[in-house]
Amino acid sequence: MSQDTEHKQQRGSEETIRVFDLYETREKIYTRRLKGFYRDVKKYTLLPLFAAYFFLPWLNIDGRQAVWFDLPERQFHIFWLTFWPQDFMLLAWLLIISAFALFTITVLVGRVWCGFTCPQTVWTLWFMAAEHFWEGDRNQRIKLDKAPWTAEKVARKAGKQATWVVIALVTGITFVGYFNPIRELVPEFFTFQAHPAAVFWTLLFTFMTYMNAGFLREQVCLYMCPYARFQSVMFDKDTLIVSYDTRRGEPRGARKKGADHQTEGLGDCVDCSLCVQVCPTGIDIRDGLQYECISCGLCIDACDAVMDKMGYPLKLISFTTEHNLSGAKTQVLRPRFVGYTLVLAAMVAVFLYTVATRIPLEVDIIRDRNLLYRETSEGLVENIYTLKIANKANVPHSYTIDVSGDYDFTYLGDTRVEVAAGEVLSTLVRLELDPGLLREPNTKVYFAVAAEADPAIRETQESRFLGPFKR
Amino acid sequence: MSTFWSLWIIVIVVINIAGSVWLLYATRRVEVSGTQEEGQPPTTGHIYDGIEEYDNPLPKWWFNMFMLTVIFSVIYLVLYPGMGNFKGLLGWTSIGQWQEQIDAADEQYGPLFAKFHDTTVAELAANPEALKMGGRLFANNCSTCHGSDGRGGYGFPNLADDDWLYGGSPEAIKYTITHGVNSDYDPSTRRVMMPAQGPMIGDAGVDNAANYVFSLSGRKHDAAKAEEGAKVFATYCAACHGADGKGNQMLGAPNLTDDVWLYGGSPEFVKHSIRSGRAGAMPAHGDLLKDDKIHLLTAYVYSLSQQ
Repeated sequence: MSQDTEHKQQRGSEETIRVFDLYETREKIYTRRLKGFYRDVKKYTLLPLFAAYFFLPWLNIDGRQAVWFDLPERQFHIFWLTFWPQDFMLLAWLLIISAFALFTITVLVGRVWCGFTCPQTVWTLWFMAAEHFWEGDRNQRIKLDKAPWTAEKVARKAGKQATWVVIALVTGITFVGYFNPIRELVPEFFTFQAHPAAVFWTLLFTFMTYMNAGFLREQVCLYMCPYARFQSVMFDKDTLIVSYDTRRGEPRGARKKGADHQTEGLGDCVDCSLCVQVCPTGIDIRDGLQYECISCGLCIDACDAVMDKMGYPLKLISFTTEHNLSGAKTQVLRPRFVGYTLVLAAMVAVFLYTVATRIPLEVDIIRDRNLLYRETSEGLVENIYTLKIANKANVPHSYTIDVSGDYDFTYLGDTRVEVAAGEVLSTLVRLELDPGLLREPNTKVYFAVAAEADPAIRETQESRFLGPFKR
Repeated sequence: MSTFWSLWIIVIVVINIAGSVWLLYATRRVEVSGTQEEGQPPTTGHIYDGIEEYDNPLPKWWFNMFMLTVIFSVIYLVLYPGMGNFKGLLGWTSIGQWQEQIDAADEQYGPLFAKFHDTTVAELAANPEALKMGGRLFANNCSTCHGSDGRGGYGFPNLADDDWLYGGSPEAIKYTITHGVNSDYDPSTRRVMMPAQGPMIGDAGVDNAANYVFSLSGRKHDAAKAEEGAKVFATYCAACHGADGKGNQMLGAPNLTDDVWLYGGSPEFVKHSIRSGRAGAMPAHGDLLKDDKIHLLTAYVYSLSQQ
């Protein structure tokens, strides 16, 4: 609702003219902390994710960091897998699959990603925990903000800010640690020896974390996140959403405990507004499904506690479906969900198969193009090729090089090369042919490169042999 | 640019920035008549063809960020060029930025090349590191014309054999790389030209001379024509190519007895060379590559002919 509403009498008329401000100053949200089932569930989502983020870069495999996006060397290491730039398609597909998996889950259970696993939620909840520690519970925080600046207030605020900065800094360093080996980065950073680029990115992510989790909070969900805007497109009447049972709860109103409220014409909702007080995005779920709701389930916890005290059945607010609420049956395995799942399963299967059958060899043929062909002093036609042989394995290999095509070319160059692990070898090769034998000016040639140690590691690339045009 | 266009740009920029700010403030307040209905979601009261408009305000921090971008634009336009001909207080130019990067690269990589400065070409030709560096310089600068393997092509000499137009000593090679051949930009370039002989000796003379030249290289030829050709050769060709046809490196006149044909060795190509003459060209690399890199390149090219 607009904050800056004014009433203005128009001269000579009875009509009221209201003036709205298109922009609204945000009201700070003070969330109340209450115990409950969904709050407990978050321990099993927040803690592991948080811990994984921070501890993963410290793992080493084969003498190098296990998860390391090595930009200078153009290699992404994810545990035992190494991805080269030529594998970028796989990375793209991995991201597509991740997004699609998220959509599949959204069809089934709505936006639980937001409420339980999204980094914005995870970090905001940690920052809120720090806030709770330093400034107290909801009422204490509201009072503290209204209070004058005493030494105690300064100390509490400073303590909170310091905790926030520490969490943000550790987050920032860890993020950069995925790109710049963290075991070197941490000592270098704190002895001011880190590379300026590393320092810049660390401080930038520190700042962004601090702003996002400290100040922006629900503004990210409301105004910045694209998933927040389109997630409801995947909902149908069988999707689990956090919902207030209007038929049961309305009309709402206060009543004495133990009174027979139904004879008084009241629904189960006692209008305690605890569901509003716990909501991290500051909405009233009793207004129905709203895009601000991140499906965190804290309002369910709050309401259940009250229902329990009042002796009413639980789940006045619950994770339920529209079909359930209208009395119909919820069908889990409906065409939409089955379709999403099958497509997802197919993509994952193809992806895993592709990754498992990758060969650690990449061959590129670069034909000298400025000269179409060359005539040797013996009158033979000659084409020059640069072969780039990339050994993507982590052991050295020797490879044989073979040429085939429609003609019996004379091959001048290495037939056997040795390439170190991770090295890209360049070798020059020339093919010669008597022009009298050449029937067309452009003919295909095939270079086959095979590892001596493992015949499965082989690749054939096509190139062209050019010669004079016969008139 | 001219004053008119400079002003044109300044006016457009100012109108856009001021206009954006005006638009921001002008659309900020929405006036609506009528009172808010009880129990209904807040609307602005506007009705367009029966479609109503909810009052869902935008966050104030969006407005603040927009203003920040305006402030940023103004500061940017003071520091950098953007207001017509005004160069900006920082004096930034794209060429200046390029020059800075070149200077930084020279400072960083210069020592890598300079460390070979005092070693002779002959020694460098046996040094694997120098050859790798020289090889990469060759790939970047020379291979387009001379081929990745340096064996040349039609009109581009083969650097891997021991047949040299201007001399194959390290000094000669270095001079050729530095000053080029028939370069328009270097006054010290090698000047080379074979005049067209066709007008003077006629078709028959060209044919005869070609056969004589083939005989010098031990190629198939018509003996009678070659005998006539010998006379043509002595009169017109020997001055540059030498009486024995072994060429003259001072003039860049090729050796005609070694069966190496820069412009093609088939009869039609050789006759074309005699009839119409030849004047090859190679760019001068002195300004682009400078001494240290050319030193390494010389070593690499020299090594090609030593294998």
